[in-house]
Amino acid sequence: MGGFDWGFTFVLVVNGVMVGLMYALIALGFVLICKATDVINFAQGEFVMFAAFIAAGVAGAGLNFWVAALVSIIGMVALGFGLERVVLRPLIGRGIIAVVMATIGLAAVLRGVAVLIFGPDTRAITMPVGDMPINLGIVSVPPAQLAGAVVSIIFLAVFSWFFLKSRVGVAMRAVADSQQVAMAMGINVRRYFALAWAMAGVVSAIGGVVWGAMLGVDNQIALVGLKVFPVVILGGLDSIVGAIVGGLIIGVVENLAAGYFDPVVGGGTKDFAPYLVMLIVLMIRPEGMFGRRRIERV
Amino acid sequence: MAIDRTEPTTAPGQIQLAVTGVSKRFGGVRAVEDVSIAVRRGAIASVIGPNGAGKTSLLNMISGFYKPDTGSIVFDGTDITRFRPSEIAACGIARTFQNIALFSGMTVLDNIMLGRHVHMKAGILSSLVYWGLAQREEVRHRARVEELIDFLGLQDLRRQPAGALAYGLRKRVELARALALDPKVLLLDEPMGGMNQEEKEDMARYILDVNEQWGTTVILIEHDMALVMDISDRVSVLDRGRKIAEGTPAEVQRNPDVMRAYLGGVAEEEQAA
Repeated sequence: MGGFDWGFTFVLVVNGVMVGLMYALIALGFVLICKATDVINFAQGEFVMFAAFIAAGVAGAGLNFWVAALVSIIGMVALGFGLERVVLRPLIGRGIIAVVMATIGLAAVLRGVAVLIFGPDTRAITMPVGDMPINLGIVSVPPAQLAGAVVSIIFLAVFSWFFLKSRVGVAMRAVADSQQVAMAMGINVRRYFALAWAMAGVVSAIGGVVWGAMLGVDNQIALVGLKVFPVVILGGLDSIVGAIVGGLIIGVVENLAAGYFDPVVGGGTKDFAPYLVMLIVLMIRPEGMFGRRRIERV
Repeated sequence: MAIDRTEPTTAPGQIQLAVTGVSKRFGGVRAVEDVSIAVRRGAIASVIGPNGAGKTSLLNMISGFYKPDTGSIVFDGTDITRFRPSEIAACGIARTFQNIALFSGMTVLDNIMLGRHVHMKAGILSSLVYWGLAQREEVRHRARVEELIDFLGLQDLRRQPAGALAYGLRKRVELARALALDPKVLLLDEPMGGMNQEEKEDMARYILDVNEQWGTTVILIEHDMALVMDISDRVSVLDRGRKIAEGTPAEVQRNPDVMRAYLGGVAEEEQAA
């Protein structure tokens, strides 16, 4: 091999970080639910997709971007509340398989319903940031991507603060830690479950709007959900810091694989590199970098 | 729930908590059978009995974790038999757990602050939206929590993760968290279990102080007969789910059924081991 191209690597890493922040934001939706309610939500990608469809639909009707984003957030909060109430609450205490299957079913339903309502065409969401690439030294990035990264950082920071410092966040951690003990503190556990789903709805809406603006909106967008699993396994299923670090690592790994291996082998490594990382993590540290080690009492 | 917490609805010395004829079965096992216990306001009432006597099941029914199959539980004139655990906590009944149940990843301070949850008026939404109110509340509650931290000598541990503390200290933090509810009735499930003699005596002192300073009614489940006899006003003895004796510590100690249950229980345990 010739000389190592630092410039090229730098571009790959910067792009990886940008996309990794998006993964982190989307994974955050997953982590919120897992943290508070112990549910593994296989429909996270579909949440993002649905949010993007709502925003694209509203924008397509001629309304402005901010209105579209707001409607998407409200719609997703309502969807989160509704699903918790109708689908997940009846399954409380029914075992992990029932819940997992329910969320997988939910994912399929959401994909279908989105096409039923919005049609199969690819739609666009245009962020009001122009399309002149922004120059960051060696790399120039599309403004939509930069805006996405900034939005991700803001939300990740807000949610980290929320869980660490705010009273509601601390109570939610208590619910996640032990529902029984939380009840003994007078905490209404069901209300916090609903809140977790609503918050996941907000995060998914933000993710959907930004991701949709970058990729265009059709039901393929739900595939981003597949990136959530390597991220959360790497970071830890119930850790916000884990989602951030995991998202960044997966984003960078994916881009490096795309830049260095894909040209050699003719493509494809970008898609499975994150899963390779996931498999390795599962073998050496199954609870992830920041996850709680669960101790089963017998 | 519209329960006025400031005004005691029961005068001192009157029956505050009346458990009447409660039973609980798990499959074919009769965990608790037709047990009645009446606790006077301001009393320290203990429930003793060998392993598997149904003590914790009884406590779980009072705190709402189990619903009794029969019988009723009345607290301050309100029938709480069917209340949810969170509602019972809001009524002013706090509890600790046999296997310490702290939120182990959180600091001692966060744990105790969570005990104030029932007193925080700002709801989920308003505290997300309206910071001022939530902040002011926070300060007020923090003052009460600091009192409890002083009371239990936890000053140096505020910022420590609860899970990292020594066993005896964790028991103490759990007591602080229960006290943070400002409970009218405090349910303690083996607060001295697994402690050495010195720690046990400290804990007994705290329980007496709580009872004296704040007039809190205490229902105590314990294994250690000697300590129970020292600090209790009334003692109830359970054996195999049934109440076999009740009275002052002196009366209970003289009761032949109690001797038999305890000695028999020990003998059986030893056989099993």
